[in-house]
Amino acid sequence: MIQAILVFNNHGKPRLVRFYQRFPEEIQQQIVRETFHLVLKRDDNICNFLEGGSLIGGSDYKLIYRHYATLYFVFCVDSSESELGILDLIQVFVETLDKCFENVCELDLIFHMDKVHYILQEVVMGGMVLETNMNEIVAQIEAQNRLEKSEDQVLG
Amino acid sequence: MALKMVKGSIDRMFDKNLQDLVRGIRNHKEDEAKYISQCIDEIKQELKQDNIAVKANAVCKLTYLQMLGYDISWAAFNIIEVMSASKFTFKRIGYLAASQSFHEGTDVIMLTTNQIRKDLSSPSQYDTGVALTGLSCFVTPDLARDLANDIMTLMSHTKPYIRKKAVLIMYKVFLKYPESLRPAFPRLKEKLEDPDPGGRTGMLMRTPRSPGVQSAAVNVICELARRNPKNYLSLAPLFFKLMTSSTNNWVLIKIIKLFGALTPLEPRLGKKLIEPLTNLIHSTSAMSLLYECVNTVIAVLISLSSGMPNHSASIQLCVQKLRILIEDSDQNLKYLGLLAMSKILKTHPKSVQSHKDLILQCLDDKDESIRLRALDLLYGMVSKKNLMEIVKKLMTHVDKAEGTTYRDELLTKIIDICSQSNYQYITNFEWYISILVELTRLEGTRHGHLIAAQMLDVAIRVKAIRKFAVSQMSALLDSAHLLASSTQRNGICEVLYAAAWICGEFSEHLQEPHHTLEAMLRPRVTTLPGHIQAVYVQNVVKLYASILQQKEQAGEAEGAQAVTQLMVDRLPQFVQSADLEVQERASCILQLVKHIQKLQAKDVPVAEEVSALFAGELNPVAPKAQKKVPVPEGLDLDAWINEPLSDSESEDERPRAVFHEEEQRRPKHRPSEADEEELARRREARKQEQANNPFYIKSSPSPQKRYQDTPGVEHIPVVQIDLSVPLKVPGLPMSDQYVKLEEERRHRQKLEKDKRRKKRKEKEKKGKRRHSSLPTESDEDIAPAQQVDIVTEEMPENALPSDEDDKDPNDPYRALDIDLDKPLADSEKLPIQKHRNTETSKSPEKDVPMVEKKSKKPKKKEKKHKEKERDKEKRKEKEKKAEDLDFWLSTTPPPAPAPAPVPSTDECEDAKTEAQGEEDDAEGQDQDKKSPKPKKKKHRKEKEERTKGKKKSKKQPPGSEEAAGEPVQNGAPEEEQLPPESSYSLLAENSYVKMTCDIRGSLQEDSQVTVAIVLENRSSSILKGMELSVLDSLNARMARPQGSSVHDGVPVPFQLPPGVSNEAQYVFTIQSIVMAQKLKGTLSFIAKNDEGATHEKLDFRLHFSCSSYLITTPCYSDAFAKLLESGDLSMSSVKVDGIRMSFQNLLAKICFHHHFSVVERVDSCASMYSRSIQGHHVCLLVKKGENSVSVDGKCSDSTLLSNLLEEMKATLAKC
Repeated sequence: MIQAILVFNNHGKPRLVRFYQRFPEEIQQQIVRETFHLVLKRDDNICNFLEGGSLIGGSDYKLIYRHYATLYFVFCVDSSESELGILDLIQVFVETLDKCFENVCELDLIFHMDKVHYILQEVVMGGMVLETNMNEIVAQIEAQNRLEKSEDQVLG
Repeated sequence: MALKMVKGSIDRMFDKNLQDLVRGIRNHKEDEAKYISQCIDEIKQELKQDNIAVKANAVCKLTYLQMLGYDISWAAFNIIEVMSASKFTFKRIGYLAASQSFHEGTDVIMLTTNQIRKDLSSPSQYDTGVALTGLSCFVTPDLARDLANDIMTLMSHTKPYIRKKAVLIMYKVFLKYPESLRPAFPRLKEKLEDPDPGGRTGMLMRTPRSPGVQSAAVNVICELARRNPKNYLSLAPLFFKLMTSSTNNWVLIKIIKLFGALTPLEPRLGKKLIEPLTNLIHSTSAMSLLYECVNTVIAVLISLSSGMPNHSASIQLCVQKLRILIEDSDQNLKYLGLLAMSKILKTHPKSVQSHKDLILQCLDDKDESIRLRALDLLYGMVSKKNLMEIVKKLMTHVDKAEGTTYRDELLTKIIDICSQSNYQYITNFEWYISILVELTRLEGTRHGHLIAAQMLDVAIRVKAIRKFAVSQMSALLDSAHLLASSTQRNGICEVLYAAAWICGEFSEHLQEPHHTLEAMLRPRVTTLPGHIQAVYVQNVVKLYASILQQKEQAGEAEGAQAVTQLMVDRLPQFVQSADLEVQERASCILQLVKHIQKLQAKDVPVAEEVSALFAGELNPVAPKAQKKVPVPEGLDLDAWINEPLSDSESEDERPRAVFHEEEQRRPKHRPSEADEEELARRREARKQEQANNPFYIKSSPSPQKRYQDTPGVEHIPVVQIDLSVPLKVPGLPMSDQYVKLEEERRHRQKLEKDKRRKKRKEKEKKGKRRHSSLPTESDEDIAPAQQVDIVTEEMPENALPSDEDDKDPNDPYRALDIDLDKPLADSEKLPIQKHRNTETSKSPEKDVPMVEKKSKKPKKKEKKHKEKERDKEKRKEKEKKAEDLDFWLSTTPPPAPAPAPVPSTDECEDAKTEAQGEEDDAEGQDQDKKSPKPKKKKHRKEKEERTKGKKKSKKQPPGSEEAAGEPVQNGAPEEEQLPPESSYSLLAENSYVKMTCDIRGSLQEDSQVTVAIVLENRSSSILKGMELSVLDSLNARMARPQGSSVHDGVPVPFQLPPGVSNEAQYVFTIQSIVMAQKLKGTLSFIAKNDEGATHEKLDFRLHFSCSSYLITTPCYSDAFAKLLESGDLSMSSVKVDGIRMSFQNLLAKICFHHHFSVVERVDSCASMYSRSIQGHHVCLLVKKGENSVSVDGKCSDSTLLSNLLEEMKATLAKC
């Protein structure tokens, strides 16, 4: 199970916060901060796994992250997930974002947090991996965008 | 014009959308909080508007603010409003906000039930999808209970997009509403082979239909099985089949991980797994898959650890692969390699220890995670033999390490490694003490107390070492460096606590007690922290007592007086201490010493009395000892000693608070009158602390002395030692010298041993031959330098056996520990919503919406009837399950896809056909498992097979699990035995080859059927170059490899040696399925034997009956009723006379040959349901009269129905 998916930038500003277990808002912020400090001090050329922070999970949990340009994508997962599999999944997620936003950059995430969520919802659902095939994900997103557009036209 | 105005006003209201909000926040960096609170006020205004678009926009902005940490729970009701918008755009916003902010405590959540239900049954798949996604995040027990049935229905939705989401969310539903697990499980299991519920689809996996749904099902079952693996063991054959057939890495990884969890429960499973896993390891290029395979192989090896001699190859393979990972430049692989290595280590330390070089190398890695992993590994790699060497290496790293965190980690690891399992690997405690002393040179470590604890522990528990320890400790007390650094915030001075205590307690071993005494009374000592000074003061007296005794025995009265004078001179500096404890002890002792001085002046011998103050032995007490003291008979701990004062709350509270504080000051166990709750709480806290503290020292010496008249001391096994190493080491010894000494010692030992062995050998030579062990030096051979006595910990007499319950009663997964093999009871059915939503518009495409139940009357009757049968079935089923798994496991691993022979008889197609043996092993077994027939039959058959002399047949499953189309919900239980049936019908045959085929529909890809053709070689020639050419019709086309033309034959992917059969599968696309049709085809092949090769041909006609387009689909009676009521089905009926077969078997036949499932059966009347690959619903009402059967059918296509009924008539006529 995936416990949380966090995206934040090099300064720790959250860009996407998705918890699959209930935490009060303050705790969520605390977790984001703590996670940020954990990954910040790590070089880019060292491994992408971190034995979890103290706030989330426990010994069974791992932080698996990737760093792209200005953004960190961090997944907090338990031992039922394959570490390398999750790394691949992050890549799929980011590539999907790239496809949907056409050359994604941090600004896209800043201004379209809702859309990022919708994309994520096609990849992970309730903490479980839903779809790993990028074409399938993109197809569903596009279909939903079309649906939205058609509704928009009706609106006038 | 008017429209424009409306639009304008909307635009104005939209003044600030999400982007504007974000921009605004970015522009107000200085007063962000103020700006946001302004925005929230605006949002509140917007939420008051009636316009749903405005509301949705506001909610969208709130979702953003939630991410920034703002609580938006106040808007929960508005979120629900937006969720119930009719437009997808808004609905999606609403559900997103809900999924981010709703939780079990959200009170308005109960208002969503109906809205969600409506969305779940919406005609738009995206409405349904969005509702499922949202629900997965905020499902509560109530929602789970109310919606379980709706979601379960969605698991059979026509759209894979919905199916996969519905399957996945079931896990959340199970967690919140465990009662739903058993009713839903059959359908979930079915989704493992998504396209075809008949169970035959294992083969279809080679052409995966909807990987998403399957992957979701695997995902859910893996999560379930991880928590309660034993309930899922019976699925092992099914998963095994998936593992050997699936090509989806994601699914494979999950399955392989699942097997890792299952093997500890069933070692035989492990044996079966080794081979396919090894193959995967060799063949896969995906690192993730490789890694998980290695992991599971390790798990298997652990479960088999004993008695499997020939698995050393597997271990070697794993270790070898892991070495490659560790040597990889990719840090991630390196990390994982080390992680997996540590698992092997537990059971096969030897194979890992040979890679010590590599692991020590990792200690130099720049990546801290990797260094820590390597340290972990070292922890398990030590043996008596290599401990010194490894620690030496670590010590050099301690010196090199930059950054205190890593150095501290190293320090704790060294201590950890050495102290593990009661100092098991330490052969020379002098060496260990020297290591500890060396560690005290670390500046700025936080772990001084750890070192101190170790020193104390070793000195107390290893009697033989005390003399040496004391000499080292006195040197520590004497040396200045610890004192010097004490002024800084430095934890290392903690070791002085241990040093002082050891020197005091074991002062009889001191070489120069006077010197040490002086060292402890130096003025600089007063700069130490209070608790250390206190220990100093206390132990100074012990030292003083022993010096006094020495002097008096030697008759040096003056010397004794001089010591007393020293005490009187120096103690006042402690009396002035700011620390209360120090002050109190010092003034007490000062008075005592002054008194002694007076006595000494009168020449009264005092040494005896002073020493008596500290007489007695100190023993380590087991950590559980206190808890294990049995409650004496007649003592009721719950009973009040004094009735509680019932008047005021404050009074009730006070004693507890007082007690609490007291407890903090004196962390010792007190026999307390605290109530049970308090006790339990403390016990829990302590347990927690002990569990969390890897350095927990099992027998911390209490600083308070225990006076004992010691009847208990004698029975503690204390072994006296004679030391082979000189004890007197001048100054602070370097631990290195011990390494050398140790080597020499071992060498000596070895020589001696060899001598002995030689002698023995000579003796043995005369006797019978025995396999003499090789003279390698194993761990056990190394005798410790000191006969070390780790004093066993004390336990109270008649201690109670452990009473802890490991299981956490609050574990949410515990509720899911449910036996899934038991058949369902009526009471377990999921609650179905009644009188609601009946008017939802629904298309026949959509899957079975729920309705109120048809009528109650027949149900009751049925219930009784069923229950009886169920009881019977239950027993049967239980036995069968157990046996089946055993059966599956008992066989040796299947020889890859070696085809089993087809029974050579010519009977076919008919109900009484012999079992088909062409299925591959795993699959056959699976069918076995599900086969509704009792086991006996199978055994008998097997016997027959064997007597026939077919040596190959390890198991010969009667390929008949289709025999009763799995009535999932209201299952029609079997009373009578059914004859075995085969769905394979004869296609064509000649002297060379016999072709049988089976046609299977699949839901996944519309209008496709898979034709499985079994080719059996009946000649003595080898058949090769087989090609199948089929003449396509307008309506049906064969799917050919890309680029090949319609006229090309399609090659058969195998050759057939004599007597062998194998199965090939071909996919056909059908346009219209309402009519049966036939396709002409030819099989061409080359038959080759010793005399030469001939080209041969065999013509055949492929018959697609309408039944073959049907897919067994379970259906609930309520949904069935709804379907019938809907009125858009056309009707037709047939009647067949002269039937003597029992109704039960009749139904089974219809289920089997025509792919129906029984919805409900009442006496001699049954309703049945099936669905075509193009989504036609087919409903049947089958009634049995005296000698006749009538079948009434309803179907969304009348032609299809009449054709089906004709086919059915033909089948029934044979009965």
